[in-house]
Amino acid sequence: MNQEESAKIIIYTPESQIRTPRKLIRSMWNDLKDSRELAWRLFIRDLSAQYRQSLFGVLWAFAPPIITSLIFIVLNSRNVINFGETDIPYPVFVLIGTLLWQIFTESLNAPLKSVTAAKPLLVKVNFTHEALIISAIYLVLFNTLIKLIIMLGVVIVFKIPLTWGLLLALLPILGLIFLGICIGLLLTPIGMLYTDVTSSLPIATQLFFFVTPVVYPVPNTMPFSLIALINPVSPLLNAARDLIVKGTMSNLIPFLVVSALTFIFSFIAWVIYRLALPIIIERISA
Amino acid sequence: MSDSLVIVENVSKKFCRSLRQSLWYGVKDLGSEMIGRQKNNETLRDNEFWAVRGVSLSVKRGETLGLIGHNGAGKTTLLRMLNGLIKPDQGRIEIKGRMQALIALGAGFNPVLSGRENIYINASVLGFSKSQIDGLYDQIVDFSGLEEFIDMPVQSYSSGMAVRLGFSVAAHLEPDILLVDEVLAVGDLAFKTKCQTRIQDLRDCGVAIILVSHNLHTISHVCNRAITFEKGRVIFEGDTDQAIDAYRESLMEQFDGAEDALRIGTGEIKIDRVELLGQDTSVQDDFGVRDPLKIRIHYTVNETVVNPVFNLTIEILNSYQVTGFRTDVDGHPLGTISQDGYIDINIPNLNLLPNMYTLDAVIFHQDGYTYYDRVNKIAHLKVKGGLLINGFAYIPHAWEFSEA
Repeated sequence: MNQEESAKIIIYTPESQIRTPRKLIRSMWNDLKDSRELAWRLFIRDLSAQYRQSLFGVLWAFAPPIITSLIFIVLNSRNVINFGETDIPYPVFVLIGTLLWQIFTESLNAPLKSVTAAKPLLVKVNFTHEALIISAIYLVLFNTLIKLIIMLGVVIVFKIPLTWGLLLALLPILGLIFLGICIGLLLTPIGMLYTDVTSSLPIATQLFFFVTPVVYPVPNTMPFSLIALINPVSPLLNAARDLIVKGTMSNLIPFLVVSALTFIFSFIAWVIYRLALPIIIERISA
Repeated sequence: MSDSLVIVENVSKKFCRSLRQSLWYGVKDLGSEMIGRQKNNETLRDNEFWAVRGVSLSVKRGETLGLIGHNGAGKTTLLRMLNGLIKPDQGRIEIKGRMQALIALGAGFNPVLSGRENIYINASVLGFSKSQIDGLYDQIVDFSGLEEFIDMPVQSYSSGMAVRLGFSVAAHLEPDILLVDEVLAVGDLAFKTKCQTRIQDLRDCGVAIILVSHNLHTISHVCNRAITFEKGRVIFEGDTDQAIDAYRESLMEQFDGAEDALRIGTGEIKIDRVELLGQDTSVQDDFGVRDPLKIRIHYTVNETVVNPVFNLTIEILNSYQVTGFRTDVDGHPLGTISQDGYIDINIPNLNLLPNMYTLDAVIFHQDGYTYYDRVNKIAHLKVKGGLLINGFAYIPHAWEFSEA
């Protein structure tokens, strides 16, 4: 048959790929390139299947954050809870905050969800596993696009001045997405083996929601100010919100640190995912 | 320079019997994989066993290799290692060229989407680009014979139709190496024939094929060479018919002796043993097609019985019943029996095709369905010869040729 392809030789041995790092990185790069088309097709498949079986379609993408926001707006206006003064109208603060939070949690859940759904495929067909993660990222980006449109709507309705910050906000939003994907990807190998991860993820996210300044401004006093210091989500979320509503951002350093760490850990998570999948496939299909 | 496209050297793989332990070993393996520690692969951990042990083989361009062995003998595990789904625990596998597996037909199908959309998804999963699929699309649909359903969602397809679509996609992607696992058993006869023809075409194009099937007839016709597995090890490699014989013998060992667990009955009269006798009334194990055969059923009597019904059935090894004999159907009442003895069935010509058969013996009450005693697989019978004709019955015949 095709002579050029016949020349391709694949060798399978028990040795860990991590012992030959240069080869590992080269094959990661190649697989990333090879998986683009499949990732796109899987994305289109999931998207069209999702909307073909739904009457309200896109509505489900923005209903949850709006409802969460409404709850907090009502609670705040009735003085049931009081988070202190925000320098912008509280409804805008909460709406933008929850939408950004939603982007993060969706990204967090995306890798495990995508890989779990592909279980029957994984145990039977050899394909580039990166495609699953990339198609998950595509799906998150698509949903983020819808949320950006709502955010723009919020900004216009509440007569917030439009600034270049709206565009700049895309950077911290990308940061949120990759932070979510990165943590999600780190959890994926164990999550494939034990269902405990999938079961505990919603609870953990809920707890995380309250220690992230989503519906309240960053506290100034110790020990609560630790929330902003330790929690990696808060600099990204605050930066995005500030850029959208004020056009500027205050704390550049934490934002840059988190972005750099996200980048490094994403790569580590990718290596782990790659090394782990053959072992996991063996365990879930035996 | 050897022309082998698949080279397997001394490959082993362990599996774990308990799921909980297996998952925990998975976590441990993950750990040692991460830090790149050399695993101790030689010893088995608690509850582990060798699913594949020390297997070596090679397949050349244009060659078809059959893998035979009973369930759990390690064939599928080996295929999965060849396919790169799981890593071997020991040894080395070398694959030259593009590999395609006809194992999971319709991989990645989404039931809500149409057949057309699913063709593209499936082919994508199998590693083909959109432009490549565009060129093959018409051929694929044509081969599947599903033109009129192609825009319907796949969930409204019958299972046979879905598999046909899957096979059509997989069969049109031109590999250098093809792995086939039991897929020929699906679809109606016409489609099966199409599949076999397609596989033969691929072989003639120089594709190396590894075929797993329980249909020994398919194996013996399609494969140049075969390997017999038993409990993860290769027990025979070479000529297909000899490999099939080795498989039968390994099955026989497993099935040898009556299955006591299934023995039931009221027990007034019991089956002692069944003997197969040849022409000179000596005990014999293997027979040729059309040889005379005498089946002797020895019984022991605990209480006097009246008009028991003797029944003997012949089954293809591990499979369905071929024929049977009953004294009541044959109009042969036995009267009162109060002493041990035996009863013979005389068969002047054993008109069975070469294969391995097992025998079940039953003694019924007079009513014809209450058991005095029933023993499954009380004896086995081997009919010698190659597997040249599919089926099990030999019908005496003669050819006559004339020119009109």
